[in-house]
Amino acid sequence: MKGARAQTSPEAVFHVHEVTKVYRMGDVEVHALRGVTLDLLPGEFVVLLGPSGSGKSTLLNILGGLDVPTSGEVYYRDHNLTAAAAEELTRYRREHVGFVFQFYNLIPSLTALENTQLVTDISENPLDAEECLRLVGLAERLHHFPAQLSGGEQQRVAIARAVVKRPEVLLCDEPTGALDYMTGKLVLEILERVNRELRTITVVITHNAAIAAMADRVIHISSGTIASITRNEKKVSPDQISW
Amino acid sequence: MTSLHRKLFRDLWHLRGQMLAVALVVACGIATWVTMRGAWGAIESAQQDYYTRYRFAGIFAQLKRAPDALARQIALIPGVASVQPRVVVEVNLDVPGLADPAVGRVISIPEHRRPMLNDLFLVEGRYVEPGRPEEVLVSAAFAAANQLGVGKTIGAVINGRWEKLKIVGIALSPEYVYEIRGAEVFPDNRRFGVLWMSREALGPMFNMEGAFNDVSLALAPGASQAGVIERLDTLLAPYGGLGAYDREEQISHRFTSDEIAQDRVTGIFVPAIFLGIAAFLIHIVLSRLIATQRNYIGLLKAFGYSDASVGLHYLEFALVAVLAGTALGIPLGIWLGRGLAGIYQDFFRFPELRFSAGPRILLWAVGISAAAACLGALGGLRSAISLPPAEAMRPESPPRFRRGLAEQFGLERLVSLSGRMILRNLERRPWKAILSALGMACAVAILIIGFYFYDAIDYIVQVEFQTAQRDDVTITFNEPRGTQARHDVGHLVGVLRAEPFRTVPARLRFGPRSRRIGITGLSPDAELRRVVDRQLQVIPIPPDGLLLSSKLAAILGVAPGDAVTVEVLEGSRPVRRVLVAGLADQLIGISAYMDIHGLNRLLREEGSISGANLAVDSAATPALYSLLKQTPSVSGVQVREAMLESFRQTIARSLSMSTMALVAFACVIAGAMVYNGARIALSERGHELASLRVLGFTQGEIAVMLLGEQAFLMLVSLPLGFALGYVICYALTIAMQTELYRMPLVLTPKTYVIAFSVVALASVFTGILIFRRLRRMDLIGVLKTRE
Repeated sequence: MKGARAQTSPEAVFHVHEVTKVYRMGDVEVHALRGVTLDLLPGEFVVLLGPSGSGKSTLLNILGGLDVPTSGEVYYRDHNLTAAAAEELTRYRREHVGFVFQFYNLIPSLTALENTQLVTDISENPLDAEECLRLVGLAERLHHFPAQLSGGEQQRVAIARAVVKRPEVLLCDEPTGALDYMTGKLVLEILERVNRELRTITVVITHNAAIAAMADRVIHISSGTIASITRNEKKVSPDQISW
Repeated sequence: MTSLHRKLFRDLWHLRGQMLAVALVVACGIATWVTMRGAWGAIESAQQDYYTRYRFAGIFAQLKRAPDALARQIALIPGVASVQPRVVVEVNLDVPGLADPAVGRVISIPEHRRPMLNDLFLVEGRYVEPGRPEEVLVSAAFAAANQLGVGKTIGAVINGRWEKLKIVGIALSPEYVYEIRGAEVFPDNRRFGVLWMSREALGPMFNMEGAFNDVSLALAPGASQAGVIERLDTLLAPYGGLGAYDREEQISHRFTSDEIAQDRVTGIFVPAIFLGIAAFLIHIVLSRLIATQRNYIGLLKAFGYSDASVGLHYLEFALVAVLAGTALGIPLGIWLGRGLAGIYQDFFRFPELRFSAGPRILLWAVGISAAAACLGALGGLRSAISLPPAEAMRPESPPRFRRGLAEQFGLERLVSLSGRMILRNLERRPWKAILSALGMACAVAILIIGFYFYDAIDYIVQVEFQTAQRDDVTITFNEPRGTQARHDVGHLVGVLRAEPFRTVPARLRFGPRSRRIGITGLSPDAELRRVVDRQLQVIPIPPDGLLLSSKLAAILGVAPGDAVTVEVLEGSRPVRRVLVAGLADQLIGISAYMDIHGLNRLLREEGSISGANLAVDSAATPALYSLLKQTPSVSGVQVREAMLESFRQTIARSLSMSTMALVAFACVIAGAMVYNGARIALSERGHELASLRVLGFTQGEIAVMLLGEQAFLMLVSLPLGFALGYVICYALTIAMQTELYRMPLVLTPKTYVIAFSVVALASVFTGILIFRRLRRMDLIGVLKTRE
């Protein structure tokens, strides 16, 4: 099914309505988002595709409570993220959002396990940190520091750290961008597994079109608007993808 | 301006907070340098200048009475350049507005003004006129303390009669730069003053016509001081000479020179601490700057900039910060120096004490601060210079962490994750942590030293004015009195208890060493005046032999059991050998005590006394004071409470300024250490902290992780600073062991609490500044960039 606009759905976890974002960079106004409307449904795996500067990261930041829109509204369940104060956004990120970054952003002075425990310490009902690291295949590397881990291993720690709090949504910005092919595929497999087993809404930003095949929905963003939304009738598992 | 300079100034602007912190520490260091060096130079040159221009004598002697003809014989001693015979007497004064009696030391001056040894500098008014016996000059310190101006009159008991003296001038003398009576430690300018009166007026009043009782000599260049003293003593002995002495034993000179010597040491020591800290701050700021600018360094080198020009570029950061601090520190130092010179003026009376920071001091200031900059920049520069361009363009490899020492013993369970982050960050760069803690410890130590002086002085007061001296009033007779006097003092109005004492001038000899001293005879059951050592122990007066203060024993090189030769300088001048029976480790002065009866026996006299310590009914003090003021046989009255009060005021005035400066300096150090430490940590770990914010950590939680490191260092620095402060105070007690006083090593808990509180407050304040920066952290940038 194809459509220029996403439809609203009553069971949607996220409601994004007519969101615009304008940055002022020096004397120039940059329109990063120009009226985006979108719903995210429970357990969905969504890939945001688009070229650099299309506005996909801005959308991800707004969903993650790192940024607020210039106009329009964003709802997470019945929380209006548009009107939230900085403290509320912090609490929102703490309780409901997991982030995975392109460059992992682990704390260099903490081991893999401790990086994960950092999040369980401030969560209400977290998973077991060791269990999570086992889930991402790092049972043997619990006590290694980031500098002792490969890029792929670091990214898997980052995923474990993101999901250990049982977030409602997992936001991944170019999670394979810094990894080689094989490692990248391994990371995608883990994301897929987390999405499947924990039913976490997963939003992945990429400009690697091949990854789109593993999504429930693929949202194409271009020049700050949703150019198209594609629903994959048949998801492909990551090991079948190649690029 | 070259492009590199443009980069320099923009980067400096970017780093302005940290550069300001460095500049402030340098400013403190340079300010103390300029202040202390300038003050030292000012007081030293003022002293030398004054001594030369006003002919300060080289040898001094007091005697009972000698005919003027003897002065001509003294002038014939080989090596004597000039002789100044004088009449010097002490009288009771009645000063307007002062209830208790004051003591005036009246010194004769020629009726017609002509150059003399210990010449006078007229601050105000004029010299005495011939034929006007009531005219006097008074010392400036005494005049200022009692608001006595030219034209006022004061009363004096002269030869048993009240005389009115008219002040015609205010004067200074090189003999009384530090105007103090006898062996007191601090001047009491309200109750002791010097007056100068014409020889023709003073002589007849005290039966000194054609005679003198005091002589000063100037020596010819190359003359033997010891030889002249020996010859002079021989000449004066038949006339009741009390033993000649040189400038070293002249009390004003002794105090002034001790002060100069101490200023010289502190003037090097204190700035060195500040500049050391500044060098350390430069080291951490510059190392971090070079680490963040690796890419630019690679780029510059790839473009063909030489290693030297890249090195110079980074050295310029340090030099700009340090020279800015110097530019700030010099005027601050001059301003503080003028204030310090003002305080010196209260203690040390020179015709001119002008604080000036000459070009030499300023050049040195620039030189030493530049040296501190280079020292601090050394480590960073070496890495910038040695970095090959290709490697510089690659990002720095990620920091490697290890489990800390504590964790290797499995103690990590006791520490939270943020605690572990803090500890591992510290353990990764142990030297940086140690030096940071040491820097903060210096701030703590500086405060401890500042407040130590209050503790020490409180303790001296407790020992001397409360435990040793418990009398209300001490009276001294103008000459020894017999048994009748013993009886009389007990019956003075308001006297509850009277304890007579005997003081005898003597020279103690042991082998080649000797010292002029007054031997004090006390009653063994005396309660109003006791001998107390620095541990507050009352030392009993031995029934036989001498009890010496430890300092005097050290000067003479004697120990208990040794026999010293006592040459009495009074009466029939007996010479006896007396056993040293014990020592008392006292804080003030050098003293020798004996049982009063033993002393009387030594002198072969029948129970004579020199004065008495009195306990007085406070209701009767006015009556007693006015009686004593008019009693000619009483030449001195000391009121303990008044002495104590004046002592405290003098101390408060002199210490308050230096304490304020020390507190301010310590705040600058603590603030600069915490601020720079946290800013560097923020720069190194900003990425990490921003990602934690993204993960949902609050600003407060990451502030704990960032500032926890500084807080930990501060906590470590406290005991370190306490210990350092204690050690420095100990060193001060060793360095300040003069004959006049010994500083006790006493630090009260209050001092530690103040030191802790000031440093903690300065750190918290700086922490708040950093906390506000955390709000401006860029969370979005973190997602996209690799550090």
